[in-house]
Amino acid sequence: MSAFAPEVRSRLEVDAKEIIARYPRSRSALLPILHLVQAEEGFVSPDGIEFCAELLDLTTAEVAAVATFYTMYKRRPNGEYSVGVCTNTLCAIMGGDQIFSTLKQHLGIGHDETTEDGTVTLEHLECNAACDYAPVMMVNWEFFDNQTPESAVQLVDDLRAGTTVTPTRGATLCTFKQVSRVLAGFYDGRADEGPAAGPATLAGLQIFREQQESDEGKDGAT
Amino acid sequence: MTITLTPVLSRTWDEDRSWTLEVYERFEGYAGLRAALTKTPDQVTQIVKDSELRGRGGAGFPTGMKWGFIPQGGDKPVYLVVNADESEPGTCKDIPFMLANPHELIEGAVIASYAIRAAQAFIYVRGEVVHVIRRLQRAVEEAYEAGYLGTDILGSGYDLELTVHAGAGAYICGEETALLDSLEGRRGQPRLRPPFPAVAGLYASPTVINNVESIGSVPSILRNGAAWFAGMGTDNENPKMRSKGMTLYSLSGHVTRPGQYEGPMGITLRELLDLTGGVREGHELKFWTPGGSSTPLLTAEHLDVPLSYEGIAGAKSMLGTKALQIFDETTCVVRAVLRWTEFYAHESCGKCTPCREGTFWLVQIMRRLEDGRGDEEDLQKLLDISDTILGRSFCALGDGATSPITSSLEYFRDEYVAHLEQGGCPFDASAATLFQGSTTGAAAR
Repeated sequence: MSAFAPEVRSRLEVDAKEIIARYPRSRSALLPILHLVQAEEGFVSPDGIEFCAELLDLTTAEVAAVATFYTMYKRRPNGEYSVGVCTNTLCAIMGGDQIFSTLKQHLGIGHDETTEDGTVTLEHLECNAACDYAPVMMVNWEFFDNQTPESAVQLVDDLRAGTTVTPTRGATLCTFKQVSRVLAGFYDGRADEGPAAGPATLAGLQIFREQQESDEGKDGAT
Repeated sequence: MTITLTPVLSRTWDEDRSWTLEVYERFEGYAGLRAALTKTPDQVTQIVKDSELRGRGGAGFPTGMKWGFIPQGGDKPVYLVVNADESEPGTCKDIPFMLANPHELIEGAVIASYAIRAAQAFIYVRGEVVHVIRRLQRAVEEAYEAGYLGTDILGSGYDLELTVHAGAGAYICGEETALLDSLEGRRGQPRLRPPFPAVAGLYASPTVINNVESIGSVPSILRNGAAWFAGMGTDNENPKMRSKGMTLYSLSGHVTRPGQYEGPMGITLRELLDLTGGVREGHELKFWTPGGSSTPLLTAEHLDVPLSYEGIAGAKSMLGTKALQIFDETTCVVRAVLRWTEFYAHESCGKCTPCREGTFWLVQIMRRLEDGRGDEEDLQKLLDISDTILGRSFCALGDGATSPITSSLEYFRDEYVAHLEQGGCPFDASAATLFQGSTTGAAAR
């Protein structure tokens, strides 16, 4: 038996069984259940691995092999906020490298390290599919577009001071554990927060609307 | 001539609450599904074949043909899996699409599932985009409540379950067979083919895997007809040498106005830059990718190459995901290629030797070249290792890792040599940033 307290275990079991029911075969539930245990503990602990193994009738080695393959599963307690800076080529060149080095210096920590107060875990990220908003940062997997070293420092200072922080395109920031629960497939009711799109997403549509207006203007003149 | 944009997928994105069912229904939402349910599944597949829609996720395989490969009448269930694991560097179209209008993807998924006679579909979305996942989760709820999903969809007798499944951070899971292993609860590692997923995919059952934009294009084809879709794009007598329909071009980097531009297949980068204000002021185009980092680099001499499958192939690259990453003359190509190479080495799943070992050694050599510690022989060594990886790896990740290296050596060999001669990088990294003059140096990693 895994070492979760009985009341924690029984609560997680209910959720895990709901996840398993979504799939034709139970093992498909492994990734979401790993997100679920991360929502409980803030990382995937040996207890969490045992819990997954027991529920899905796998060995702990099989579960650990999966948990260590994917970068989103943390093997040490994560900070309340995962602060990621995209340093893949495009963001890096546009300024992501400077943002990341500024944050390392400002926070006194490196990649995959957490501040002493447990609020911020700093990471460099690979491409997060927001290149038209470069340089991009992610906090708990919400978009913070068009960043600068100064805005990045302000952002982590706000997070550490407990000031409310709003992503550029997303919902009011949740904790790392709360977000992990959404990733496990439990909708948190926040879909209606935030905008539909940012300016870059709408750039083409805006030009199209302007083209249409100018065509209508011409038609009206003839 | 100024090109005309053709917003279809993007037509509702500037509407208030565009992600809701209520708004989508005001813009012919689920009209494509209603049209599909009046036809037989095979007729729907034929319409998609006739539209000549090709995969928008990189490989460009004809979508209707993929559906037609599914063996019918066997005793195994059939599955549809939507590949929403958008992670190719530079690619940023599916994520904003799902954020702004998840229902169009869901509608496409129901139509595709009906066509291939699937009773269960999955959307495998990368985990690192929580708000996109929320919008999908809520849209699926709404679609069930409205009778677009579940049992007896719109009174047709057709049943479909749709599950949104979040990944956990692994580029390789965008590769379709690695995605299937991941969806089965395993490490995301590609499978040897044959058997192809159409025969033995998810749980060894017949499976179609399509990209988000491909599936998202299907409702418009059912609403407006195959001829409407095929009326856009490039022409040629040989079907393999033409590209049909509209598509999302994603412009990023050193440009005046980065963003999503939906236009017909076959426009050129010059036309797109003319329309959008060009390269950032006071600078000029140096190199660009047509479809993500895995597609060989192109230069200013390719500005007039049509952005079509056949056009870009003719320029020795690939249309890929139409992720147009633009770099101006302030960018060090060696630094850019080094960073992509580090990415491939990090994301290599380790299953096959050429990719696992090859990407490791490419990084070692690229690092010493960028730092000015390399020598002339290293340039040949890069090409030799690339030759060992290309076509000899399990999947396209390894092939992709060689693209930036071989293409940059073809077009910018002098710049590699300049690093050797100067004993270091001749570029000022701060000049390439969007906030010139601000703070510290380049090599953050």
